[in-house]
Amino acid sequence: MSPKTLYQKIWDAHVVHQAEGFPTILYIDRHLIHEVTSPQAFQGIRDKGLKLRQPNNTFGTVDHSIPTTDRKLPIQDPEAASQISTFEKNCREYGISFFGVDSDQQGIIHVIGPEQGLTLPGMTIVCGDSHTSTHGAFGALAFGIGTSEIEHVFATQCLLQQTSKTMEIRVEGTLSPMVTAKDIILAIIAKIGMGGGTGYVLEYTGSAIRNLSMEGRMTLCNMSIEAGARAGMVAPDEVTFEYLKGKPYAPQGADFDKAVARWKGLCTDTGAKYDTTVVLKAEEIEPMVTYGTNPGMAIGISKAVPKPEEFSNADEKAELEDALGYMALQAGKPIAGTPIDVVFIGSCTNSRIEDLRDAAQMAKGQKVSPTVRALVVPGSYPVKRQAEAEGLDRIFREAGFEWREPGCSMCIAMNGDQIEPGQACASTSNRNFKGRQGKGGRTFLVSPSMAAAAAISGKLVDIRHFGQN
Amino acid sequence: MSTQKVTTIQSTAVPLNRNNVDTDQIIPARFLKGTTKAGLGEKLFFDWRYLEDGSPNPAFALNSPRFSGSVLVAAHNFGCGSSREHAPWALKDYGFQVILAISFADIFRNNSLKNQLLPIPLPEPVILKLLDDIEANPSLTVTVDLPRQAVQIPNQPEQRFEVDPYRKKCLMEGLDDIGYTLSHLAEIEAYEALQV
Repeated sequence: MSPKTLYQKIWDAHVVHQAEGFPTILYIDRHLIHEVTSPQAFQGIRDKGLKLRQPNNTFGTVDHSIPTTDRKLPIQDPEAASQISTFEKNCREYGISFFGVDSDQQGIIHVIGPEQGLTLPGMTIVCGDSHTSTHGAFGALAFGIGTSEIEHVFATQCLLQQTSKTMEIRVEGTLSPMVTAKDIILAIIAKIGMGGGTGYVLEYTGSAIRNLSMEGRMTLCNMSIEAGARAGMVAPDEVTFEYLKGKPYAPQGADFDKAVARWKGLCTDTGAKYDTTVVLKAEEIEPMVTYGTNPGMAIGISKAVPKPEEFSNADEKAELEDALGYMALQAGKPIAGTPIDVVFIGSCTNSRIEDLRDAAQMAKGQKVSPTVRALVVPGSYPVKRQAEAEGLDRIFREAGFEWREPGCSMCIAMNGDQIEPGQACASTSNRNFKGRQGKGGRTFLVSPSMAAAAAISGKLVDIRHFGQN
Repeated sequence: MSTQKVTTIQSTAVPLNRNNVDTDQIIPARFLKGTTKAGLGEKLFFDWRYLEDGSPNPAFALNSPRFSGSVLVAAHNFGCGSSREHAPWALKDYGFQVILAISFADIFRNNSLKNQLLPIPLPEPVILKLLDDIEANPSLTVTVDLPRQAVQIPNQPEQRFEVDPYRKKCLMEGLDDIGYTLSHLAEIEAYEALQV
């Protein structure tokens, strides 16, 4: 048998039908849904008189529209309230398990999938959300789909797919202190560009990736879409198996051992060829920050804001000028020191327990700058309870951070958590597009430690020197 | 299930000379709280299209009396960002049928094809010249011929484009994917039977 990449192995194991001139019918193991992109799909199957093929392999939660304030209070926004109740009604009607408004397991779909053990190695996983790439951290083939495709999975438990090219992203070496998975992925996107992964499935390899925790790998795979990739993945290993052991929906006991034996085969074979390979040295990556209006516009915190004259391409020059105008940044000036008005610690990228521990470590015994509003939004109720058991909530509250209920919150600004026009936000989320966190708002994407340090300092700071002056 | 059929589209075009037009610009997230597809055209490019006071931004191409038509022309990586199908729904609801660009984001491209909105990638020099030519002559008419997989643009050689034969058939005959996949139901059942 010829050697295969991890991607090819998962693909081949899920082919239902393949014919010349037609896309492949690919089987989907796990379908995750949320309130924003599913209602029209439910209506679609209802209108066509179709049934849900595998309700038991479909799981839902409410995360995008849900307020992060007291859950016992009614939802103020009538549109959000209607979207959420429609979702819960749809799930009940079609027999889908969901973590609703009242669930003590509710959270961001890409946080709870892994947390519940719904995400397993070798699976095909889809969700009507581009950050579904997160689940690739477990050696699954996971990608975001549109609402028509949700309807298609509802009705058939399959998708029509074309194969993608494969890109190996190898990060070798040892990360410097205070440098995290978030910095790795921002450095990768800065290197290959926000369209650099279009048409590819990325596989992250190398010693720096192997040394990441599962949560770090999730952060990494989460932002594969910000490079335009179909999916991102990391081959499973002992770190993966250890994480999954005992998770509610993971196989248990002897079944788990059998599954691990099978999962160990999920790696790229020696001699298998990627279509392209990109190599980064871990030692060269510093804490990163975005300066522009797309995630590819990222630099190390010690660097200066790029100057338009450094770009030869007229388009790039114009884009940079436009971005710097929007961000109110001066070309050539160090990015550190940029004043910050709002800090958001949360999102499917960085709202897990390790992220909160990193941020709390910076916040401990400190005070949020009087000019800053700072929010911590845990990714799920299990994360929130764990953080509270560790006393992290107390550290945050005492420092002056708001401690919120789980949801997507200020990453997408659909639920009332948003920044005001002209405000600058240091955010652990994944997109810095214009208006993403609120119309006219300016987003600086950073790691949780960088965000917490910005909250305390009232400006972007190099955390490697934080507290030294 | 039959939907609208796409064959040949002849129209003037609206120029949007920007790279990386993301889905948050096409349809900002605050307009995603509905549960239907209706009315999204009104919100298309909302933050570019309207000024703070709610009046149309005269500098934005969609508001210019000079430009109209069902063809939108953009630059690199159109539709990047989220998987929201609200983006093609909004473009379609506004009246666009074709988007010509240098490149497209993956999920946006898939979503568009499922909504009879044609995303056609063309070489950079062709798009850049077209953008200039529309600015100079807004009455310039573009013809998209799906059966022949060709785009005719005045003052430029005819451009051929790739579209996978299955997708082309769906667009031209108004077929949807669920019908095709369910025609292979026996194979889906056989696959499922092997998994336990």
